Amino acid sequence: MLTFYLGVITFIKKDGYRMTETIFIDGNEAICRGSIVAGCRYFFGYPVTPQNEIPEFMARELPKIGGTFLQPEDELAAINMLYGACAAGARAMVSTSGVGISLMQETISHMSTTFTPGVVVDVVRLGPGQGTIQTGQTDYRQATKGGGHGGYRCIVLAPSSPQDCFDYTQLAFHLADKYCMISLILSDFTVARMAETVELRTLELEPLPEKDWALKGTANKGGKNSLIISGHRPMFEIYGLGIPALFKRYTDTYRKVEENEVRYEEYRTEGAELLIVSYGSSARIAKEAADMARDEGLKVGVMRLITLWPFPKLALRELARKAGKVLVVEDSQGQLVEDVECAVLESVPVKFLGVEGRHLDSPSGLIHPERVLEEIRSMS
Amino acid sequence: MTQIKQKVTTRPQLMTKAPITYCPGCHYGIVTRLLAEVLEELGIGGTCIGLVGPSCSASLQWNIYIDWMSAAHGRAPASATGIKRVRPECTVFTVQGDGDLVSIGLGNFMHAMLRGEKLTTIFLNNACFGQTGGQMAPTTLIGMRTTTTPLGRDERKHGYPLHVAELAASMKGVAYSARYSFNSPANYRKARKAIKAAFQKQLDGIGYGFVELLCPCPTNWGMTPLDALKFIEERMIPEYPLGEFKNVDSLDAEVKNG
Repeated sequence: MLTFYLGVITFIKKDGYRMTETIFIDGNEAICRGSIVAGCRYFFGYPVTPQNEIPEFMARELPKIGGTFLQPEDELAAINMLYGACAAGARAMVSTSGVGISLMQETISHMSTTFTPGVVVDVVRLGPGQGTIQTGQTDYRQATKGGGHGGYRCIVLAPSSPQDCFDYTQLAFHLADKYCMISLILSDFTVARMAETVELRTLELEPLPEKDWALKGTANKGGKNSLIISGHRPMFEIYGLGIPALFKRYTDTYRKVEENEVRYEEYRTEGAELLIVSYGSSARIAKEAADMARDEGLKVGVMRLITLWPFPKLALRELARKAGKVLVVEDSQGQLVEDVECAVLESVPVKFLGVEGRHLDSPSGLIHPERVLEEIRSMS
Repeated sequence: MTQIKQKVTTRPQLMTKAPITYCPGCHYGIVTRLLAEVLEELGIGGTCIGLVGPSCSASLQWNIYIDWMSAAHGRAPASATGIKRVRPECTVFTVQGDGDLVSIGLGNFMHAMLRGEKLTTIFLNNACFGQTGGQMAPTTLIGMRTTTTPLGRDERKHGYPLHVAELAASMKGVAYSARYSFNSPANYRKARKAIKAAFQKQLDGIGYGFVELLCPCPTNWGMTPLDALKFIEERMIPEYPLGEFKNVDSLDAEVKNG
């Protein structure tokens, strides 16, 4: 049995959003529709559960709007096709899960070093190796610390609803192009396979400069050639020669992202004496638990992380200090909790509720809000 | 002093002034020049995109002034597919060594050929991993000593050499497959023709174009340039015969004829 915890859906017109039609779709389809709105016309998808609905939707819909869907022979080919398509200046996307995201890490590292923008979707399933094909949040460390070699960063966006999937996918394309980085959408089984009402709104995002670095032949760039080459392009074009200069570009880019792109949601944090930190599907459970706790008179708020990297370190420190106690709820063996502990600098006690708090032994188990509430009571 | 009356050849305009940095006796410099000549002759210098893997031939990006991208090891045919789908009007090609194309990258190479991608691959076969120090490659000859087969390649332990041009010719999506060497002026001219044909198949939209070029690696073979050339003639060509293995004008016709 799979239980969905529906949050409150608001249709209030917010600044920067246009009201448009609403439809009832799941998170996977919302990612597809979001990508099409963002101008994605190339998709390379290899089957792996629980993201199969994404390549299937794209295979059906992309050709209708002049796009290209290609099923490659493996995830290695998929991510390298993405590398090629993005290097040629297109908006393109791949999606995968579990074992597939591990296979893609080499080229994610490669694209990061060549500053090639691209969007990668990881619909997380539980556990290392084959793991299970059901829900979990065990890819946090891999996603946020750089799963490949060399020390690079990806922008990591964590949707917790189909609406988030639709919106964040648009944002992911924008941020990838803005900073010439990989945007990783860290969805999970629960978010991917639950259906909700989604408002098909187009985010109004600032216009970006033309991709004059893209591969299109020298004749199409006034005779200038493009070199999308590991470690060389930025050296020649931006900073001049040298390894320190190249690494300065990484540092500068990542610092800019950390300064400008931190995103999180506060839920009932006013006057909270306990702060739950969570993301993705677990954040919905946390919110429901917070509601239940508030009904009992316990002042509990939730900080839902939207960008897992850049990590909202300062905001979290502030909120944690105000509350005085932190509970991390994540459906894993404890990964996010490390970053939270690092952010609050041991000034605030941090407790963790993870995969061991699930209600069933089978892969269908979930951390129920009642279980979170128990934890809240024990901390109050 | 002889006066120059008529210039019969010149440095291809696509070639930059960057030095050719290959070892003495290596034929990659010849490949560089031929490639530049062919791109110029076909008039596609301004609209082509080349991909190199992490290998000695990656220096091409400094020697020929066109758009270049460095692919991950073995993945150039996949990345080239991505580029070609976005820019079908551009000519997209890969230059790959034996470790890159047929060791780590054999799967991606075969699937790109099976899809009949309109791509061109120039395969440089020097029977070893050149850049990393001469280790065994799938194309290493039986009995050949490398740094990872110090007693010589033993087929019972290390398997058999891979015949890539023949393999490519057996793929339905391939329009052209040939193998040549630069061991004689006649073969040099045939190799040049083959490179041009492999590009022409892409330009005509027929299918995958493939050329294998046997290249000596004197440094890693532990030979003088002349001995290495002799090794090509006496050992490599008997194992890897030269010639055209496939040349069709339509993939459909090829299917019908079986």
